[in-house]
Amino acid sequence: MTQSVVVQVGQCGNQIGCCFWDLALREHAAVNQKGIYDEAISSFFRNVDTRVVGDGGSISKGKICSLKARAVLIDMEEGVVNEILQGPLRDVFDSKQLITDISGSGNNWAVGHKVFGSLYQEQILEKLRKSAEHCDCLQCFFIIHSMGGGTGSGLGTFLLKVLEDEFPEVYRFVTSIYPSGEDDVITSPYNSILAMKELNEHADCVLPIDNQSLFDIISKIDLMVNSGKLGTTVKPKSLVTSSAGAVKKRHQKPFDAMNNIVANLLLNLTSSARFEGSLNMDLNEISMNLVPFPQLHYLVSSLTPLYTLADVNIPTRRLDQMFSDAFSKDHQLIRADPKHSLYLACALMVRGNVQVSDLRRNIERLKPSLQFVSWNQEGWKTSLCSVPPVGHSHSLLALANNTCVKPTFMELKERFMRLYRKKAHLHHYLQIEGMEESCFMEAVSSLSGLVEEYNQLDATKSMPVEDLPRLSIAV
Amino acid sequence: MSIVTVQLGQCGNQIGFEVFDALNTDSHCPQGLCSKRENEAYQASCKERFFSEEENGVPIARAVLVDMEPKVTSQTLSKAAQSGRWKYGQHSCFCQKQGSGNNWAYGYSVHGPRHEEAIMNLIQKEVEKCDSLSGFFIIMSMAGGTGSGLGAFVTQNLQDQYSNSLKMNQIIWPYGTGEVIVQNYNSVLTLSHLYRSSDALLVHENDALHKICAKLMNIKQISFSDINQVLAHQLGSVFQPTYSVEGSCHYRRNPLGDLMENLVPHPEFKMLGIRNIPQMSENSLAYSTFTWAGLLKHLRQMLISNSKMEEGIDWQVRPPLSGLPTFGKVSLNRELHFNTSIANLVILRGKDVHSADLGGFKDPALYTSWLEPIHAVNVWKTQRAFSKYEKSAALVSNSQFLLKPLDTIVGKAWNMFASKAYIHQYTKFGIEEEDFLDSFALLEQVVASYCNL
Repeated sequence: MTQSVVVQVGQCGNQIGCCFWDLALREHAAVNQKGIYDEAISSFFRNVDTRVVGDGGSISKGKICSLKARAVLIDMEEGVVNEILQGPLRDVFDSKQLITDISGSGNNWAVGHKVFGSLYQEQILEKLRKSAEHCDCLQCFFIIHSMGGGTGSGLGTFLLKVLEDEFPEVYRFVTSIYPSGEDDVITSPYNSILAMKELNEHADCVLPIDNQSLFDIISKIDLMVNSGKLGTTVKPKSLVTSSAGAVKKRHQKPFDAMNNIVANLLLNLTSSARFEGSLNMDLNEISMNLVPFPQLHYLVSSLTPLYTLADVNIPTRRLDQMFSDAFSKDHQLIRADPKHSLYLACALMVRGNVQVSDLRRNIERLKPSLQFVSWNQEGWKTSLCSVPPVGHSHSLLALANNTCVKPTFMELKERFMRLYRKKAHLHHYLQIEGMEESCFMEAVSSLSGLVEEYNQLDATKSMPVEDLPRLSIAV
Repeated sequence: MSIVTVQLGQCGNQIGFEVFDALNTDSHCPQGLCSKRENEAYQASCKERFFSEEENGVPIARAVLVDMEPKVTSQTLSKAAQSGRWKYGQHSCFCQKQGSGNNWAYGYSVHGPRHEEAIMNLIQKEVEKCDSLSGFFIIMSMAGGTGSGLGAFVTQNLQDQYSNSLKMNQIIWPYGTGEVIVQNYNSVLTLSHLYRSSDALLVHENDALHKICAKLMNIKQISFSDINQVLAHQLGSVFQPTYSVEGSCHYRRNPLGDLMENLVPHPEFKMLGIRNIPQMSENSLAYSTFTWAGLLKHLRQMLISNSKMEEGIDWQVRPPLSGLPTFGKVSLNRELHFNTSIANLVILRGKDVHSADLGGFKDPALYTSWLEPIHAVNVWKTQRAFSKYEKSAALVSNSQFLLKPLDTIVGKAWNMFASKAYIHQYTKFGIEEEDFLDSFALLEQVVASYCNL
């Protein structure tokens, strides 16, 4: 069994990270009734004897003593991290896993990337190495950050290059929160585009998410719960947005519901690697199956169901509804409509009491309405994990490598150009040592290159699928 | 003589468990429909082939479990131990921490060499426990990374190290609508490598097994466990002991040798399939009676029309009239209706087995012209019934049955290869484009050979 380390960068990254660790503890508490430190827990947590001072405290088997998250928390201002350390999760983190500063990055990618990057490079390396040493077999780094700000965006992407150089064999999965249209940070287009270049070049896999979509999903849930239309009540723990029943009680803060969705995404992504099932899917299989060409590693995700009703029996119809919903544009975590764009590959990760026949039936049912690229007409990757998420009897995470990410990127470029043409706020960036106008130009051209690749694939959409002439051999 | 089983990857290990369980359950089944002495001889023969003895009487499977991540093997070991009727050897398992990521190249070029010594040592220990070795039975899937890539590597090693022993690979053909996106690449690479190093490939298609579960067994929510149990039943009906020439209480000693001798006359044609009749849920079994004539008539038509189960058989398909060219020579663009065979082995078990008439299988029209029916058909009859079926028949055949699926997989892999999609994942670990081309060339040759039967 392998381990993963979560690196949470910036305000957004740390707030999501906090929700993630809380829900992870909740999930493991629900599954692991006996309190034994097993391989599933060890993928995200260390077992430490807190009485031992210094490093010697790790316990590898037996009863759980004290769980410590395999995490590195980075923020260039102290507010968020301090709050975490004073909050109910303070015991889960090691004070040695933090890197903080006081002044913040001022929503400036250049400050985060160039200034703090060089200032903290050594410290970052040291903390990462330490966390890697605590792992028996480190498989993946999960980086959580936002694209629109300064720290998450700048320092978060600086990290990627460091990870690539220092741990070339370990996967880098990045969860990136993209700025929505009405983002209140004026320079977010600059920050995002500059960050995109780094994601293009140094990430193995990116899960883009945008706040607007998360917000829409929450509104939908609230509507359903409060409308009273359903008759029966919704199971509170089953809301994909809630932290009810979490081990550590905390007051719901404004972004909590949205962050919980992202936290659930990460838990479901790793569930088949941690828990048993009849068709397992490890993290290295995600990259292998969903990334046909190195540059095209952006995966659109959707989580269903968003809530479970209190019925005990789940008729087949509801199970099938779960599959249908996964492809609807209302359930995607970014503004995208995969059904009307071209699929390069699609993964369905199912948890709970679902069998292979249910999977097959739904794939057959949904296939005709989806368009797959000509060389991957049956591009489905599936996995079955027996352990359902807390509060649900079954759930589905769909990951799609689909050209529907193109509009998001193109919009971002639009907003960027609107600012850049007027050279608005540019001086804040150019005054940082190491930043020149060419950095901006390179970043835009990197994004344009990516969009062009998606365009070329889209162009093949309406062409008839022809079989290429086969190798002929002398008989 | 004994068979050493090597179970590779998630699929291989999950299936392996069901196979040993089915073999063990059947050999202890009280409804053998024969004398006590007969039953004991059957049990002893089964044990010799598949189990070794432990001190407190619990048989240990002659198997080596290999996987590159620990979840499945630990589950398999504990399931067996919990049954109380048999178990795996304590030290028969080799596993690592990080899987092969569905990457054939990783399984073959990285895991293979790295763990070669450890795995071959485990196999050696198991071989040493056998009084005499009939050969190896390797269970693996084609779609993933460990079963397929590491499986190909291990088979090659077995060929080098045990060149006098036979190797039969049990391969799982994945569902047509993907379980794994790169399954066609993995399958092409696996098949081409196994064709060079294995003696026979026993193929089971997930789609076919799934249909059997749905239509014949009437299972509503089909799980992989159900599918594996159908497979185990089919394998059991072939590998359980059968009479040798001396008849009653004397069972064949060399299962793999006998199978290969009858079914693989030419190294170009190695692909074998199993058809089984009857196959039904236990509830239905209580209400059914069979005659040998009825069973064999259906089985023959299943063979000719390339049907995998006794429901939905196409009775329109007829063998070609002698003297006229067989339909098999028509190009693949048209539906290949008639399934030409190279060799067939019919295994009959149960009541009144000696009265069964196999004339239908000896019709020369069923076979390709370069083998006389007398050499192409073999029949093994055993009185001892199998797994609660009063009468059961299994047909192992070397025929064109896999031609269309093989052609389909090669075609899809070729299309993907032309766009170079996913190739960087393989070249990263040392499988270059030339290796792909070699594999394609070999399989096109196999397709052509089967097509021209």
